[in-house]
Amino acid sequence: MDDIDDIVQEFLVESYENLDQLDQDLVALESAPSSRELLSSVFRTIHTIKGTSGFLAFSDLERVAHVGESLLVQLRDGQRQMDQHTTDVLLRMVDTIREILGRIESTGAEGGVEVDDVVAAIQRTLDGETAPAAPAAPSEAVEPAATATAAEPEPEPEPAPAPAPELAPEPAAHAAPTGGIRTATAPQPASASSITPPVGTPVSSSSTKDVPPTKDVSSSKEAPTGRSSGESSIRVDIGLLDELMRQVGELVLVRNQISQLAGFDSDADLTRSSQRLSLIASELQEGVMKTRMQPIDHIWSKMPRIVRDLAAACGVEVRLDMIGGDTELDRSLLESVKDPLTHLVRNAIDHGIETPAVRAATGKSSTGVLTLRAYHAGGQVMVEVRDDGAGIDPARVAAKALERGLKTAEQLDAMTSNEILNLVFLPGFSTAAVVTNVSGRGVGMDVVRSNIESIGGSVEVDSDVGRGTTWRLRIPLTLAIMPALTVRNGAEIYAIPQVSLQELVALDKQKTRDAIEHIGAAEVYRLRGALLPLVRLSDVLGQPQGDADSAVIAVLQADNQRFGLIVDRVLNNEEIVVKPLATQLKAIGIYAGATLMGEGQVALILDIQAIARRTLSGDIPDPDQRGADASASAAHDVQELLVVTAGAGRRVAIPLAAVTRLEQVPADRMELVGGHEVIQYRNAIVPVMRLARALGSFDGEHEDLSLVVFTRGDRTIAMVVEEIIEIVNDDGVERSAVDDIGLLGSIVLSGRVTELLDVPAALAQADPLFYTDEIDDVSSLTKTSEMAGV
Amino acid sequence: MSTQYVTFRIGDALYGVEVMRVSETLGHHARTPVPLAPVGIAGLVNLRGQVVMTVDLRPRLGLEALAPENESMMVVVEVEDGSISLLVDEVGEVLNLEDDQFETPPDTLPAHVRDLITGAFKLDTGLLLTLDVDAALAA
Repeated sequence: MDDIDDIVQEFLVESYENLDQLDQDLVALESAPSSRELLSSVFRTIHTIKGTSGFLAFSDLERVAHVGESLLVQLRDGQRQMDQHTTDVLLRMVDTIREILGRIESTGAEGGVEVDDVVAAIQRTLDGETAPAAPAAPSEAVEPAATATAAEPEPEPEPAPAPAPELAPEPAAHAAPTGGIRTATAPQPASASSITPPVGTPVSSSSTKDVPPTKDVSSSKEAPTGRSSGESSIRVDIGLLDELMRQVGELVLVRNQISQLAGFDSDADLTRSSQRLSLIASELQEGVMKTRMQPIDHIWSKMPRIVRDLAAACGVEVRLDMIGGDTELDRSLLESVKDPLTHLVRNAIDHGIETPAVRAATGKSSTGVLTLRAYHAGGQVMVEVRDDGAGIDPARVAAKALERGLKTAEQLDAMTSNEILNLVFLPGFSTAAVVTNVSGRGVGMDVVRSNIESIGGSVEVDSDVGRGTTWRLRIPLTLAIMPALTVRNGAEIYAIPQVSLQELVALDKQKTRDAIEHIGAAEVYRLRGALLPLVRLSDVLGQPQGDADSAVIAVLQADNQRFGLIVDRVLNNEEIVVKPLATQLKAIGIYAGATLMGEGQVALILDIQAIARRTLSGDIPDPDQRGADASASAAHDVQELLVVTAGAGRRVAIPLAAVTRLEQVPADRMELVGGHEVIQYRNAIVPVMRLARALGSFDGEHEDLSLVVFTRGDRTIAMVVEEIIEIVNDDGVERSAVDDIGLLGSIVLSGRVTELLDVPAALAQADPLFYTDEIDDVSSLTKTSEMAGV
Repeated sequence: MSTQYVTFRIGDALYGVEVMRVSETLGHHARTPVPLAPVGIAGLVNLRGQVVMTVDLRPRLGLEALAPENESMMVVVEVEDGSISLLVDEVGEVLNLEDDQFETPPDTLPAHVRDLITGAFKLDTGLLLTLDVDAALAA
């Protein structure tokens, strides 16, 4: 009995594979009806299934395959031309076969799957009834069909009772002019392919011609059969490969240890052996990793069918271009990418590509182009899903986010259009105007993102309104072994995945003190003119800061944020083997795993995305929380003050929390509007106030003006000060009330009496509406990341 | 009926874990501390290529936690998703204990210790406290 089960099992595995191929071939065949290779490939597949199912006594399966084969015989012998109806019927046959196989797999028997419909539909097509073209039509014809097949359990091929009408339809006319190209392009979906699911006319010859001619080379190479090459490959159990991979991981670790030991020993033989071991282990590792790699085409192969069906359902015309299908990925990753990718493809057709009428009206060709592209870049695999459809309108996204209560109007105002586009990844977001059964249920992009992130990848979106949308997935090559930077902090070693790392900045002790500046409590570093928010690894880990002589800033990119992680020392770049962590440690939320160093020491792998989310105000912050934080810091006794001078040697302190930016501009940029000074700043006209005048003194003439910029919501004021002196901590000492307009009092800072500016009162002179309460305080939160150099 | 227990000493008391749960006992291994880890998790050790979490039961037993550099023997115990290593002062012998010597813990035992200690065997030399390893992890 076990033997029988094995045979059935093998039959199932093989048949599933063949069916996937069949889907592709049939769709390709539709746009290249005269391709003999495709026809014979399809025919062989069905023939094999029929033969085996007969042998295994799956009679329903055999019946479906048999009648399908008869139809294919006609196609093969040229008695019939492939058209949309025939394709529909054959695809239904594939679906039915798949269903039966699924039933066999779960129950061991084939019963329960309704096959009469399909058999009848195919039979009708055989009989030349091309009229009821609707794919889902046949239900009304069940009984006659059932009786027909029952009466004739083994319907003979029925050699084309009516060959004339079948040869007549349009495709025949198209076949002649474009036939050459079709044959060349169709049979090879492996590296690149293109299909046209016809909606109105069966085959649009124009789109077939669009196919780049470069594919001839690869197609001729792969043309004979895209199938497994029997003798040169074998099937291997996935579990075995996983186990091999794990053991190779161990070997790599031991190798690292041995080279470490051999390094200390002067024994030449040992050194030589160790080097040899090192080499072999590397090669073995590479080899085993390769066995787990599969071309992304493996999941792309399902796309032509999905695109075809979906395009028909949505009433659009789509050409699918697939480039780089031979790009390889670890199979476990491939699995995790499948669903997100399918979702993006569905989304592109449902929401992206417009109907032919709309496209024509906007001057585009009526057939939309959906491009899947995969390529290697920087140790990662990039997968792009691009459509040339309507694009995503940031205004609509913003409106939807507002409507769903995901963001407030003020928050949206402060966002760039790219940031707004990224809102589509928020849970509960969907821009579909109408909820369709294809997509638009508001579960989608957030799932896409979390799926991709769970395998250490990321997803971005780019969109031009009217020109299309590109989704870009970044996926690591493999999960088990990854390149990482090892760093030392305190006594311990931590690993930072290279994927997140952009550059390293070394600071010696002197520089550490000077180069790291403060905005409020936040540390920043000027990296080529831009301010980089800094995070200390010691703080992240809740450990005391060491007083190391030097420090290194690892510039890291997580999602759309860049930040610097301060560590004590950088050790090495190395390939690390990722070991999973116990649940209790995963729950801490800042470690992605653990690894073993050459000396056998355990090192923790930092989860950079999680650290970024934890330490930077992430992209989904709670607005209430933000407000609370802002007011808390304002109320706090110790605040940081920006000290400036304002004419006649007066020193004025401004709470740093209120300041957005510090700028230096040439004096001639000042312009007058209606008697008020303004300045063009960041594409807006910004009112200017002079601090000295506001305080009743006057400032001298300077070539350059020092500006303190305040921003609140969409309002900005530039305050001219004489000179920006320093940033100090106010420890809440010596404060005396001074009764003067615009001042809160005076304090002693750095040994000198300094006036404390009443910012709201001072700014009200320039813009009375600046500190009105309706404006949500967004500015004080964005400043950390925005503040530029003095 | 009798059950075999691996015995070990933490502080002044003798503890035991069923022998079927114990995969090995080891001498001191250098531990890598895990910052921000819950109390009682004493870091990670490299056990022939596997990264294993070590658990210090002292805080749960009302004793002071071990300092990270403190040398300590280990009892490696199988749990649901792999192995964990219990830090102990000294590993004792494997004892074959009769079930009729067993008693459940007294009601005066504080609740958090009660989860951990399932009972006691009355030996001639003193009491042997039996540990619920899964409860130790749940800390």
